[in-house]
Amino acid sequence: MLAATVRVTRDIDTAEEVVQDAYVQALTSWARDGVPDRPAAWLTTVARRNALNVLRRQRTLQAKLPLLLDPAVDGDDAGSTAAEADAATIPDDRLRLIFTCCHPALSEEARVALTLRLVCGVATPDVAHAFLVSEPTMAARITRAKKKIATARIRYAVPAPAELPARLEAVLTVIHLLYATGHTARSGADLVREELTDRALELARMLHRLLPAEREAAGLLALLLAHHARRATRTDDDGRLLRLEEQDRSAWDGELIAEADRLIVGALTAGPPGRFTLQAAIAALHAQAPSYAATDWPQIRTLYDALLRVWPSPVVALNRAVAVSMVDGPAAALAEVEALERDARLAGYRYLPATKADLLQRLGRHAEAADAYRAALELTGNAAEQEFLRAQLP
Amino acid sequence: MAQYAILIFERESAGGGAPDLPAEVMAAHEQLPQRIVEHGGREIGGLALEPSGTATSIRGDLVTDGPFIETKEALAGVFVIEARDLDHAIELARMTPIVDGGVEVRPLLGIDFSGLS
Repeated sequence: MLAATVRVTRDIDTAEEVVQDAYVQALTSWARDGVPDRPAAWLTTVARRNALNVLRRQRTLQAKLPLLLDPAVDGDDAGSTAAEADAATIPDDRLRLIFTCCHPALSEEARVALTLRLVCGVATPDVAHAFLVSEPTMAARITRAKKKIATARIRYAVPAPAELPARLEAVLTVIHLLYATGHTARSGADLVREELTDRALELARMLHRLLPAEREAAGLLALLLAHHARRATRTDDDGRLLRLEEQDRSAWDGELIAEADRLIVGALTAGPPGRFTLQAAIAALHAQAPSYAATDWPQIRTLYDALLRVWPSPVVALNRAVAVSMVDGPAAALAEVEALERDARLAGYRYLPATKADLLQRLGRHAEAADAYRAALELTGNAAEQEFLRAQLP
Repeated sequence: MAQYAILIFERESAGGGAPDLPAEVMAAHEQLPQRIVEHGGREIGGLALEPSGTATSIRGDLVTDGPFIETKEALAGVFVIEARDLDHAIELARMTPIVDGGVEVRPLLGIDFSGLS
């Protein structure tokens, strides 16, 4: 509804106000006349009419003339039936709003915050909470981003096909970040923030439905599904973190895993895979394995090699080291992890010492493992992760 | 149409002088206004700056040698265009011939710069 209204106002702030007004009108009107057959269409129609009124008022003020009606705008208003409002609420509008929020001219943190606020409808205090910043800070950040959209005239549109790959990348990254933010909360008591993971999954589904030919949109959806399928088993009844090898595989959601697999097969056969498709293929192999030991580790290592080529990241190299440890043993993997310790980009990355600790433990070097677990412990603010790491200490 | 300034930043030679622009870059600069029109925009005016070594900065009472901000790439020129929106402005700005640097796109306040050229 917000998206449909932005199309009229061309201004996100005004659209937000107008939509809120429509809800207020609904409270009185529906209490009096009953809830209409299609409440969403009713709200959208009212919001658009409010928006047109606001536009008209603005125009009047600017011109300092009595009500100056643009016949085209007026005609549009008069003809706005519920059917037309339905057409205006098609998800295509939400897609426009996502691409506007994820424009590369905005900073990455602004993109995620705006997407949460405007596309997912998450309240500003909750967005602030997700990013561990104060509410005024987040409110200012969102205001700055909205101001840039208006002042620099960022287009409210899905980009042309030629621009799509570069722009889609930003959108996919934002949805992935949304999921990651919810998947392992950086601090706080709970490991997972379900409201964020659910929103991210919903967005990934929508994007794939709207852009079925984009393989990486399918890859991202598959990646999120494969992770989501395991969500019930990531902690035990007391909220303690369970590693992949300790999780109850019978409790994984087989339907989601099968859906992910279908998407991956489709994306892999259509051309050279991108990073989300490769990550999804790795996650799906884990999800399909009958046990941790019986996982197809050589295949996972091959996929990590391909992933490193399209997305050279030290984090990917670290994850690859785990697969190496299962194929060639912990000693070979330890050499790779120690090489990564010299990469400044991983300084402060808690999974580096945690991975190293696990390898040292498997090599029987318990004292050194304990040191590495302590190093990892210092880097995490999440209670579930802290407890897991503490339990590893002698 | 909205107005945007395209700020051209180029790396200068070690002595602070601008390198002589290769002939094809000069030719591309000359063709730029026409290309912008072909892409649905309009160039309203432009300024090419002498090297940053010729700049003098004034901050309060202090007058110093050099540009206001020292960067690896110096501001070498500015031109003003009309474009539909930021994406269109970026599309037009991308056509700027650059030797070793880049451009910055900045929306202008609603002032008429048509007298500039």
